[in-house]
Amino acid sequence: MNIVSPPLKASDYKSTLKPVWCPGCGDYHVLLSLTKALAELGLPMEDVAVISGIGCSSRIPAYLNCYGFHGVHGRALPLATGLKVARPDLTVLVAGGDGDGFSIGGNHFLHACRRNIDITYIVMDNRVYGMTKGQPSPTTEPDWDSALSPGGTGLSPFHPLVIALASGANFVARAFSGVPNRTAEILVEAIRHPGFSFVQILSPCVTFRPDEREWKSMTHPAPVEPTSDPAQAARRIMTDDGFNVGILYRGDRKAYAPHVAANRSDITQLETAFSV
Amino acid sequence: MSSNHKGRRHLSLAVTGSGGAGVMTVGGLVLEAAADAGYYGVQTRSVGPQIRGGEAASMVRLSTTPVDIHDGPFDILFALDWRNLERFSAEILLAKTSLVLFDPEAGAPPETVSGSGARLHEVAVKDITGTITGGRANMVALGVVAAAAGIAADSLERLVTQKLDNKGEQAVSAGMACIEAGYAAAEPFAAEMSLAPSDPGGNGRWIVTGNEAAALGAVRGGIRFAAAYPITPATEILEWLSSALPKVGGSLVQAEDELSSINMAIGASYGGVPALTETSGPGLALMSEALGLATAAEVPVVVVDVMRGGPSTGIPTKSEQTDLNIAVYGLHGDAPHVVLAPLSIGDCLFTTQWAAHLADAMQVPAIVLSDQFLGQTRAIIERPADVAFLATRERAEQPGADFARYAVSASGVSAMAVPGTAGGQYTADGLEHSPRGLPSTAAADHQTQLDKRARKLAGFEFGTHWAEIDGDGDSELALVAWGSTAPALRGAAARLRADGRKVKTIALRLLAPSRPEHMATALDGVEKLLVVDQSHSAQFHHYLRAHYDLPAGTRCLNRAGPLLFSAGEIAAEAEQWSSS
Repeated sequence: MNIVSPPLKASDYKSTLKPVWCPGCGDYHVLLSLTKALAELGLPMEDVAVISGIGCSSRIPAYLNCYGFHGVHGRALPLATGLKVARPDLTVLVAGGDGDGFSIGGNHFLHACRRNIDITYIVMDNRVYGMTKGQPSPTTEPDWDSALSPGGTGLSPFHPLVIALASGANFVARAFSGVPNRTAEILVEAIRHPGFSFVQILSPCVTFRPDEREWKSMTHPAPVEPTSDPAQAARRIMTDDGFNVGILYRGDRKAYAPHVAANRSDITQLETAFSV
Repeated sequence: MSSNHKGRRHLSLAVTGSGGAGVMTVGGLVLEAAADAGYYGVQTRSVGPQIRGGEAASMVRLSTTPVDIHDGPFDILFALDWRNLERFSAEILLAKTSLVLFDPEAGAPPETVSGSGARLHEVAVKDITGTITGGRANMVALGVVAAAAGIAADSLERLVTQKLDNKGEQAVSAGMACIEAGYAAAEPFAAEMSLAPSDPGGNGRWIVTGNEAAALGAVRGGIRFAAAYPITPATEILEWLSSALPKVGGSLVQAEDELSSINMAIGASYGGVPALTETSGPGLALMSEALGLATAAEVPVVVVDVMRGGPSTGIPTKSEQTDLNIAVYGLHGDAPHVVLAPLSIGDCLFTTQWAAHLADAMQVPAIVLSDQFLGQTRAIIERPADVAFLATRERAEQPGADFARYAVSASGVSAMAVPGTAGGQYTADGLEHSPRGLPSTAAADHQTQLDKRARKLAGFEFGTHWAEIDGDGDSELALVAWGSTAPALRGAAARLRADGRKVKTIALRLLAPSRPEHMATALDGVEKLLVVDQSHSAQFHHYLRAHYDLPAGTRCLNRAGPLLFSAGEIAAEAEQWSSS
């Protein structure tokens, strides 16, 4: 990573575009945390690419002064994978919501964890589809009532942190948008950690899930230090109350590196395989 | 095929057998030996869906002159057994002039063979193999067909020794004995079947499949990133690129599905590295959303679609030209993009290289429509000429404060800032946007960007490569086709000309954008136009009617895959129509 000199302020990373988010949306604080993290890391704005899919939180690239790509629904991780493999010199961040990442993009989530490319995936989890005005997502509680699923879906919520761990993510953390300084610290560590880092940020949707305002009192710092033992991490995550905030797992898997040829050749040599 | 003491110009042979019989090895080795001896040839295959085993047919056409497709009845059918032969009877045409070789141990020939009137000749393969320790029936068959083609025994033996070397001395000596026995068994008909002596000037020829040629074309065109999801019949492109790309500083990633592979390619290209993915029909369907994104965000990307029988899983191992509609019209919204099709096995190289160039030059997706026939047929061809097409895009190297990624320009192309370039930061977006790349729902921005994106293609100078036009300028009869039907079209024209008829052929390499003015010139004076279309619903004919003014006398010869049109069939249709 190049370091920018003279250092930039967090606000330098923020663009002038006004977000589409509702007043009180948790994503404003995530944006703030992210700019603080980038300033702390001292990254040149042009060396950072923020990749997203579709949804309220996926609008975040345009609110930064970095390179961005606002792609199609659910495919931010593949887009970021191609970019990072082709351009390993860049710091590549992926940002989006729970619907984008765990529903339509669920398969890519598994394989991105497994592939362990050196990128950081930030999911702003508000347990609802906000852009389409209030439908249940994979992390929504089974009894949450909505027009699309009256009386609730009756389905068990998806457990992204455990799934990330089981799929091979190298860094797993939970954050809460309401404590932006702590979230910034977690993001700094996630970006620094080699391989695939996954950060679930509980980010309330005050419009369609006003009950999530309560998260402020429900969240609390994780009582123990992060572990590098995935079994221990999984047990903790599966038995905690879901509001434990902090770094929960740091792995030491080697980050993905594309195959490197033992011998370089020029293109004319490649065709000799076809010569009669 | 006429024969005389000087030998034939062409020889077509088919070897069939059930699983494990090794008929593919026979076809492959005959082709290689023929290349060594200075002949041209093609080898196609027909297999069932089985992973291993099942019925298989290897079809080889050898020639003293360049050849790129089978034509007419087969001269020799060597049936190692009769099991499942009826599955190939439609693909291996037999006539009175055909010679059918079979082992009497396998029983009497089925009705599909005996009813053809072909001459039957017994070769006691099993008995012969039984006398050789470690002998294999397919090696005997190899000796027989190579002898029939007039290939010198020593050149075949050299090749087989090389191939069997790692299997030990005993395998080599058994192989040699089988081949010698095969040559002896071919004695009664070898002289009659043999090819004329080959042109000794066979330097610089290649043995290559269309899939390999496409992969090399991609690398030559500057592609340095590929994302891969395996699919029949396209996978060989990826396998070739997987080892080739790292050698030239590129990389390949195996994706979890086609939704991922296309997005990976778009991501790499957004980073400034020319990128490609490959697929077949079902995969192209999955990619179409992201192709819309690449169009809107103006990110170059190449997709090679090796078509197969569809819809759905269809016939994955066999050819059809039925992804034309989805390639040209399958994107949502108004999404101008490029669709190309290679016109021969060797042209898979040129067309894919050109696609890489066009994608970057116009910052658009480019789809290359190859198919199972072009992709998996192995051919002996002249080394394709080097062309200069490279993927180079207009870049903003030192963007100033007023940098606008989607600036409105006369050509429609605007400079792209690549991540890492200070001052060029922007968000590439599938949302409609302003020239600076900011999301916009304003009608004026939508109109402006739609105009800009359309202009990129409308104003581009594609040159003469849009089509391969051949033949008599004052001809009243023309034949038109696209992609893989072009070889049969050329063959048909040659036959018609040999009969003294004037004919023009138009083979389209560029399907989108269309070239109405160029087509009007090409069709000038044409009164009868025969459209050749390898699809059940005549997709190409409808495409032509949508984009071009066609002569009042236009007729369509169309058929679903996998039975490919032959030159003779097209010529006969044209002949009959023009005489009526």
